[in-house]
Amino acid sequence: MGTFMGGVKSFGVTFSHMFKKTVTTEYPEKPDATAPRYHGRHILNRWPDGLEKCIGCELCAWACPADAIFVEGGDNTDDQRFSPGERYASNYQINYARCIFCGLCIEACPTRSLTMSNEYELARDSRQDLIFTKEQLLAPLLPGMEQPPHAMRLGATEKDYYLGAMSNPGTSAGAETR
Amino acid sequence: MILSLLSDVPPLTPLGGDPTLEDFGKDPWWIVLIKVLAVFVFLVVMTLFTIWYERRVVARMQVRPGPNRHGPFGLLQSLADGLKLAFKEDIMPLKADKIVFFIAPVISTVCAFTAFAIIPFGPMVSMFGVKTPMQLTDIPVAVLLVLACSGMGIYGIVLGGWASGSTYPLLGGLRSSAQLISYEVAMGLSFVAVFMTAGTMSTSGIVAAQAHGGEAFGWLPTPGWFALLLLPSFVIYSISAVGETNRAPFDLPEAESELVGGFHTEYSSLKFALFFLAEYINMVTVSALCTTLFLGGWRAPAPITTVWAGANSGWWPLLWFTIKVLLLLFVFVWLRGTLPRLRYDQFMRFGWKVLIPVNLVWILALAGLKVAQKSSYSTTDKLMFVGVPLAVIILLALFWPAKAEEEPKTVQEQVAERPEGSFPLPPMDLQVPVSPRAKRLTAERETVPASTEKEV
Repeated sequence: MGTFMGGVKSFGVTFSHMFKKTVTTEYPEKPDATAPRYHGRHILNRWPDGLEKCIGCELCAWACPADAIFVEGGDNTDDQRFSPGERYASNYQINYARCIFCGLCIEACPTRSLTMSNEYELARDSRQDLIFTKEQLLAPLLPGMEQPPHAMRLGATEKDYYLGAMSNPGTSAGAETR
Repeated sequence: MILSLLSDVPPLTPLGGDPTLEDFGKDPWWIVLIKVLAVFVFLVVMTLFTIWYERRVVARMQVRPGPNRHGPFGLLQSLADGLKLAFKEDIMPLKADKIVFFIAPVISTVCAFTAFAIIPFGPMVSMFGVKTPMQLTDIPVAVLLVLACSGMGIYGIVLGGWASGSTYPLLGGLRSSAQLISYEVAMGLSFVAVFMTAGTMSTSGIVAAQAHGGEAFGWLPTPGWFALLLLPSFVIYSISAVGETNRAPFDLPEAESELVGGFHTEYSSLKFALFFLAEYINMVTVSALCTTLFLGGWRAPAPITTVWAGANSGWWPLLWFTIKVLLLLFVFVWLRGTLPRLRYDQFMRFGWKVLIPVNLVWILALAGLKVAQKSSYSTTDKLMFVGVPLAVIILLALFWPAKAEEEPKTVQEQVAERPEGSFPLPPMDLQVPVSPRAKRLTAERETVPASTEKEV
């Protein structure tokens, strides 16, 4: 008798499940929101005046366990200034065929230039397309920003930039949720 | 010419009434053509719909949405699948018997379609001015035609399995046919009670017999539907119908998770589609037959008819019939979503040792009841006829010698019974030493003394 009632009960289980909310997400139409600190693709942030935060130190490339980051530093001059201070990244590439999204590069970055966005749709048709160049990684110019190269607008020296970073974070404010 | 001849003959049954056997075979050819086409379209559409319905319902039971990409609610999914099947490569195995390989799915499909010819969809209706029953045809042995058709359909399965020239389809075909034949016996027996009660084998007659409730022994009101009146037959029919259509939990011949695919392993493209079509039409047919034989056919159930008197006239019965069939199809899907597959020997034992004997006893009891009810015996005699055998059965059941229960053996006895050369037994009080590796895992930390105020 117990087995029989168990059998009847199982019919109730399947029937009641018909009225439950489905767990399937309609992915391409309504993608689920990611976790707020989801490790998506990287962003190279800018200062509020449009100068790049990256100083071409290569710490991210050294930190990378998958050897996915390539950085080539260049010298800033007074008429060709891309970032405050001496150096900037003249070439910056991240290979998403190698990147494991561990976030060690983010921890390594001394200027909080490199952060991760929540974008995860990174499938491409070729390996070549998976290598993101500096143009693709750089944060877009917001209103009030100016396309480098240009002079330092927020202070006379790079110290003014770095010391003012806490009160004036530029595009890295809330960069995780972009 | 034919029309003018027919118009002289007054129709025997008024519009909206139950057709009798005399009403059939008088239709002009174009009405027959319309009916044939309607049945064909009904079955094909029902097949497409049922595939979608099944996938949606089973998906909902598994908390997913099911097919929803093609058309509104994914309704065109099965149409797309059908088109895809038709355009696939048609592979003819090298060792196949080419003619039989081709004919087998055709046999299956033709039989499946033919069985639906005697299903009544509704009462007498007026079709382009011609009074005709909403049913393709009816014969005095209509229900037997369904049995014959499903029996012939087995040929398609066996021949398909054999003609593939391959081992697995052959075995699958034999399994299928063994299953179909054994459950067809139970299915056929469950009809007997219906025939005895309705007094006819024609489907329109059976529907008419369920129109009104009757009275047993002159005072006990009985329901009209045979599902309630002949509950054991209904239950047995429902179970054997699932076995007959190779559906879960009786889908052993084509168990996806265990076998390659049963008899249709070597089939592809349209030939496979035909087998698929036949399977789903069979599902619709057994549901429609269940509706006709047990659930009052095309007639609306009591709550509807009490509120709305015209529910059973005109074309409305088509709606009630379809609703009933869809509800039964839902039960098929529900079974599939709930029950795990049976083992083959359990399945066969259930068919032969439970369903058939229970059915035979039930038919015997019903026949006895009918005889007692009709004959001119006095009430005491009737009670004697019913009571004495009942008492004998109860006494037999009570005093049937039960198997003496053996006392469980002690460990020493079991050990002594072991044959010569058995594996040595470890002593009962064996202490298993702790593995050195386990020791290392449980190594404790050095105890840290509780901090004192001096240290701080």
